[in-house]
Amino acid sequence: MLELFAQSDGAGGFGQYLLLGLVLGSLYALIALGYTMVYGIIELINFAHGDLFMLGAFLALQLADLWFKQVTGDTTGVLPVAALLVLMFVLTPLFCAGLNMGADRAFYKPLRNSPKLTVIVTAIGVSFIFMNLGLFWRGATPVKFPDLIPDTNLIPGSGLRVTWKDVMVVGVTVPVMLALTVFVKFTALGKAMRATAQNPTAAKLMGINADRVIAATFAIGGALAGVASVVYGLYIKSVDYQMGFQNGLYAFTAAVLGGIGNIPGAVLGGLVIGVVGELGKAYLGAKWSEALIFAILIVILLFRPTGLLGARTREKV
Amino acid sequence: MDRRKFLGVAGLTAAGAGVFLAGGCGGNSNTLKIVSSLPRTGSAQGQTDTIVNGIRLAMDEYNNELFGHKLVHQDMDDATAAQGQWDAGKEADNAREAISDKNVMVFIGPYNSGAAKQSMPILSEAGLLQISPAATWPGLTKVVPGDEKSGEPGIYRKSDKLTFCRVCPTDNVQGPKTAEFVARVLNAKTVFVLDDKELYGSGIAKLFMEACRTKEIGIKILGHEQLVKQNNYKATLQKIAQLKPDAIYFGGTSQSGGPQIAIDMKGENLTCPLIVPDGCYEKAFIEGAGADLFKDVTCYATIGGKDPSLLTTGAGAEFVKKYKEKFNKDPEAYAVYGYEAAKVFLEAAKAVGRKDREAIRDAVIKTKDFDKGALGKWSFDADGDTTLQELTISKIENGKFKPVKSL
Repeated sequence: MLELFAQSDGAGGFGQYLLLGLVLGSLYALIALGYTMVYGIIELINFAHGDLFMLGAFLALQLADLWFKQVTGDTTGVLPVAALLVLMFVLTPLFCAGLNMGADRAFYKPLRNSPKLTVIVTAIGVSFIFMNLGLFWRGATPVKFPDLIPDTNLIPGSGLRVTWKDVMVVGVTVPVMLALTVFVKFTALGKAMRATAQNPTAAKLMGINADRVIAATFAIGGALAGVASVVYGLYIKSVDYQMGFQNGLYAFTAAVLGGIGNIPGAVLGGLVIGVVGELGKAYLGAKWSEALIFAILIVILLFRPTGLLGARTREKV
Repeated sequence: MDRRKFLGVAGLTAAGAGVFLAGGCGGNSNTLKIVSSLPRTGSAQGQTDTIVNGIRLAMDEYNNELFGHKLVHQDMDDATAAQGQWDAGKEADNAREAISDKNVMVFIGPYNSGAAKQSMPILSEAGLLQISPAATWPGLTKVVPGDEKSGEPGIYRKSDKLTFCRVCPTDNVQGPKTAEFVARVLNAKTVFVLDDKELYGSGIAKLFMEACRTKEIGIKILGHEQLVKQNNYKATLQKIAQLKPDAIYFGGTSQSGGPQIAIDMKGENLTCPLIVPDGCYEKAFIEGAGADLFKDVTCYATIGGKDPSLLTTGAGAEFVKKYKEKFNKDPEAYAVYGYEAAKVFLEAAKAVGRKDREAIRDAVIKTKDFDKGALGKWSFDADGDTTLQELTISKIENGKFKPVKSL
């Protein structure tokens, strides 16, 4: 281990990989929240969630194209870029929230009383529909996402490369997660969500409108995926119609690792997977990183079948 | 069997017979067919458009007629929209369709070496001539040293007659000559090698590394890493940055991570040149990374053979001129291979003078000192490979591949 830390002087040492892992991890966490919240409420593993995330990124890309072609040709000025970013961060979550709610309304709601497996297979179907929508929308090849946030090092000479992009990821994801926690803890709707998750029948008897709560859960999960998709596009700078699969798989793994149904668990799981994946790439080689992630998942589930923070208490959301 | 069921079966039989008859009537015995099987959907479409144009241009030179038979070109697609690239099942289907049509005399294609593995045994068994304008994996025609266990190329040859030949130089040319370019022209002493773990990508990376290690070239390989497709390659590139290589080589395609590597090289401030093989020699590679990016990242792409812009004399120049006249744009790298493949077939068929699959096939495979095409004088060797041994290296500039050197 000493050797690992000794390298942290140059950009590319342990500290750098750790930072990269944390940044990617917070992205996975945002997506994982969508999986975990929906599971907490209706015990559905929403396989279409990753592809919803992909469609969000495509919408953000479309917004950028329209903005630079129709509104302003200035791709470097601070003001037009800032305005576009605001537009992306408002419209994309709205779009994803609407789409997720629509999918629930159209596909999952009619199956609310069917066996769990039926709904899960339906979700796989929805995932394919979304993926093909993405294919029609932007084609099969990776598409460049505009490079709007500079790569300049904010602390030159320190041996660590921290860019505006890293700041952006943390600056967006952390407040969003905090807001979610406050929302679930203190608002009436948040309390209703927790109540429904704990015991749907009792919640209904207490006068909670379960349909409204479920719709709200899909909307919030979708919005989080929307935020994540914009952050992803700006950070990774390239999007394609299959990106929902790999990133969705990581996020789902994060949710399971943290204890599916558990909000802090999803965040912790996302961070663990991000860090393990990047350290694995750096020290073991890129081809082993995926295997390492799933090996760790298996080991943890062997010793803690409910995940890292899973269900000691009955509270799931 | 109740009545309704009987009627249903009878109806289906009639319909089937109808389809069969229609199919039979469609094949006019007075036509001579050239089929091409190329990825016409997805990222390689730009390249395959130019191959098809090349084929059509060659056919035009014979006024679409050969010894009283009408020349017809059938443009088959071996890609699916869902894959975005070639599909094994579709390529095999195309080969089967081609052999069942008696008017087909040649199968031009495929574009990808992986696809060739599907169609080669089928066409070999039926004895139909196959000319590939672009598949470059050496194992399709020759035993690859160190890879004898795979059984290549014997596993593709279902009869003792050769049916497969190609007009493009193989990776046996591309790998070593790229190493020569990196050493002599870029003056690089050290290199880091990445590949995508796939047949083509890891194969060409291996050939490149072998050449680097030879005494004449003597480039030091700082490391070799195999990547599976990831959402980013930052950690790997940060690690590479610390080694300070003079160049990075990526064996892979635009689908297996090429553009993302270029993007992350800029993000991680790596300034050494990136060298990619012909799997990245397509518009999708530039568009996926963004044309502007290549102002900051120097990137060279190699392609076996000659870029049309270097064809300035004789038949080559004539080809470029005719191509421009007909299609109103400059021919791209593979256009000339489409043209050459069609031309070598047409010349041989003309000499045979009758519609005979076997005779035409043997005449093409035996081609020696062929000079009726655009590439100058060349022959097919005993394995069906071209004797042309050239490599063009292009630099990406202003969103285009600009040829800088021919070796």
